[in-house]
Amino acid sequence: MTAVHHGETGTPVDVKDPHLTRFDIVKEGLRRDDIEIVTYESNFHGQNSKAERRVVRNISLLLLLSGLFTAAFLVFYIVWPWEFELGHTLSDYYTPILGITLGLGLLSLGFAILAWAKKLLPHELSIQQRHGDPSSDEERLITGQTMMFVADEMGVARRPLLKGAIAIGAAPLGLAVAAPLVGGLIEDPHKGEHPMMYTTGFHPSHNGDKPVRLTREDGSPIRPEDVSAGGQMTVYPGIPHGATNHYADSPTLLIHLRADDAAETRKNAEADKNGRNVGSMWGNYVAYSKICTHAGCPASLYEQQTNRLLCPCHQSQFLITDNAQPVFGPATRRLPMLPLTVDEEGFFVAAEDFRDVVGPDFWERP
Amino acid sequence: MKRRKIDLAEAPKNFAKGVDDRFQAATPLRGLLNKVFPDHWSFLLGEIALFSFIVLLLSGVFLTLFFDPSMKEVPYDGSYLALKGTMMSAAYESSLNLSFEVRGGLFMRQMHHWAALLFMASIIVHMARVFFTGAFRKPREINWVIGVLLFLLGFFAGFTGYSLPDDGLSGTGLRIASAIMLTLPVIGTWLSAAIFGGEFPGELIIGRFYIAHVLLIPGILLGLIAAHLGIVFKQKHTQWPGPLRTNDNVVGERMFPRYAMKQGGFFMAVFGVIALMAGMFQINPIWLFGPYRAAEVSSASQPDFYVMFMDGLVRLTPNWQIYIPIGDGYSLPPMFWPAVVGLGALFTLPMAYPWLEARKLKDKRSHHLLERPRDNPERVGIGMMALTFFIIATLSGANDVIADKFHISLNAMTWAGRIGLVILPPLAYYISVRICLGLQQHDRQVLAHGVETGIIRRLPNGKFEEVHQPLGPVDDHGHPIPLEYAGWVVPKKMNRLGALAPAIKGFFYPVEKPAEIPVSPAVGGSAKREEIKSGR
Repeated sequence: MTAVHHGETGTPVDVKDPHLTRFDIVKEGLRRDDIEIVTYESNFHGQNSKAERRVVRNISLLLLLSGLFTAAFLVFYIVWPWEFELGHTLSDYYTPILGITLGLGLLSLGFAILAWAKKLLPHELSIQQRHGDPSSDEERLITGQTMMFVADEMGVARRPLLKGAIAIGAAPLGLAVAAPLVGGLIEDPHKGEHPMMYTTGFHPSHNGDKPVRLTREDGSPIRPEDVSAGGQMTVYPGIPHGATNHYADSPTLLIHLRADDAAETRKNAEADKNGRNVGSMWGNYVAYSKICTHAGCPASLYEQQTNRLLCPCHQSQFLITDNAQPVFGPATRRLPMLPLTVDEEGFFVAAEDFRDVVGPDFWERP
Repeated sequence: MKRRKIDLAEAPKNFAKGVDDRFQAATPLRGLLNKVFPDHWSFLLGEIALFSFIVLLLSGVFLTLFFDPSMKEVPYDGSYLALKGTMMSAAYESSLNLSFEVRGGLFMRQMHHWAALLFMASIIVHMARVFFTGAFRKPREINWVIGVLLFLLGFFAGFTGYSLPDDGLSGTGLRIASAIMLTLPVIGTWLSAAIFGGEFPGELIIGRFYIAHVLLIPGILLGLIAAHLGIVFKQKHTQWPGPLRTNDNVVGERMFPRYAMKQGGFFMAVFGVIALMAGMFQINPIWLFGPYRAAEVSSASQPDFYVMFMDGLVRLTPNWQIYIPIGDGYSLPPMFWPAVVGLGALFTLPMAYPWLEARKLKDKRSHHLLERPRDNPERVGIGMMALTFFIIATLSGANDVIADKFHISLNAMTWAGRIGLVILPPLAYYISVRICLGLQQHDRQVLAHGVETGIIRRLPNGKFEEVHQPLGPVDDHGHPIPLEYAGWVVPKKMNRLGALAPAIKGFFYPVEKPAEIPVSPAVGGSAKREEIKSGR
């Protein structure tokens, strides 16, 4: 930021001159920085005017208020009961009191500083030259040539052997740096006999190859008479941790349809084009995966009147009586049906795992 | 030995000497103190984002002291009785404890969340200001790109942040994020499995999001913000056209003391507003959502507002699935379009805009003077088109709530959003271009004929006409000589010409008196200037 570089204007003054005021010296600095002050005036007529005293009073008041609120914040922070208790207690007001006292304290301080700057300080209009010109052609040439010289010195162009050697030498190093960073993260989604993408907790392999029971969240099994006609229940695989997020794709909706709806549902299921839903109902009961085929939210809003299941995330709607086909919204695929049956003790079991892939769609879904 | 007396009066001088001996600071420091900044209220929108970011860092550090990023299942044993004994992840438990068992913890949590919302909101408004005034033009394209990246990073910072408490709502968001990854052709399942450490949800995601949220993303944010400000500093701020202002200078006030003080006061005010909101307005009451359970979701599950546009686009996209019948068959789910292609386009197109516009206008010059929106109607049209798209998408992200509150059919809301997304942006383009052209015309009209005075004169032939106050010199017949448009506000009311005093009185009485500013660049100027006094 040398003065010469900026092409300063105006006449320089001797800053050592004892007759200069401090402001004269400031102006010399501005001249060297290529700044011209056009106006620089106090906001008040005369020193210590009535208006000025009023502004000073207002700012002092704001500063005092700020101190008051901030002190109040500290006091409330320490003495106000803050530990949560059930019901309406004083502790309910702890957070609002903190917010109001601290907020008003900071706002008063902010307004005090703003008023100080805007009202008390002289306002000015200054002009600074931008100097946004690009470097001169000469400078560009020199820097460019310097860079080319560096490249020449390295001599890669003259020594083709090095060129190949760099590529061969550096590429494995780059991969070696990346490999441990990325490699550890990679999990094969298709590995194992029962890949995670394609099976749920209802797969018999989780239960010693025996059919898995349908259970409530607490693990208790379900008899057909536990669900009244027109009712529905969220069921989980009856295996250890079956109701936890470890089996996040397993929650299923067990629905006891009314007789006429059941007849229609059965008719549609038996006429299923790819046959996957054939024989999956048990009596008037049908079970659909609760995991939306669109984005994986639980499609949990059951509309009894229209026999629709609605996913609250993106409003896909599935028609229960027609193989849970999507009838509205962004979902393209029906909810998979769980093949139902009842074991010898009279509890619901899954005859086998879902025959369709559960959950949101992906590239290689069969 | 006699102890040397320390001369306290000399201490600052000696200190300054010492600093300059070592760092040669005097000249650059003077340059900094003297640096001139142009002033306009709209230049402060970005500052709100900066100040919110500082509040985010401060409150965020506090939160990390109590948060446990673990998905281990533990029974809840805190003072919020409604959840007592419930099995939940340690992350959710520690978030509840942060809200209930830590003195002032809920206040800090809410402050962090409100500051995040303010951060994103001010970035959007700041971006709109920069766009509509043409501040992104050469030489500032790179800073515009950095700005878009900051929004993108803020988006991911917000998403990773509100996923951490592992409550019912955030788990649903994670589930959707996993589904979005799954839509990617070929690598979808592999990507999701890599990020979640197996099948969703796994036991690692909170820990991974945690390190991204508290280290990786803020680190990059900090670096980009530093670059953003550094570039503004180096290139000097743009300014509006106006008296004395040219493409080669900066007209305003020096950084110290007044400008810097105003910034400090503004920071305190922003901080104060965040504190007020944090105390008074509840945000993200995670204890009401319960722990995340794959089988449970409540209706009205909305993400934070800056993610809602994506959620809205996902809701509106029809069920278009592309099925490729090769081998076992492959499919491209409908969510691929809004969530992957849409999000990608929403970030890359704005980034490219400065170059696209320069190319279309064949404009290679550097611009340091802003353009009034009306002077570039097409840019305004494109911007309004984008904003309309964004707003419809955002509203559609809450279409179930709107349907519920206003008793509208949900399906009707979805269709309204779909149709609106196609029809309204072009309409917004057309309307805003027409408005800009109209405003341009009116400016030219006033410059040519003068300001309406409201005085009606009757001519001898009985004709009535309104008297106009010319803005510049008049010819021999008393008709105004048309003035050139200078790219700045044209006064359109007699008050603006000093006919009446401004009506504002009291504490907020403006320091800048309107009459001081010459009406047009043609008037006033540098002809005679009085000597500048120190003002004291």
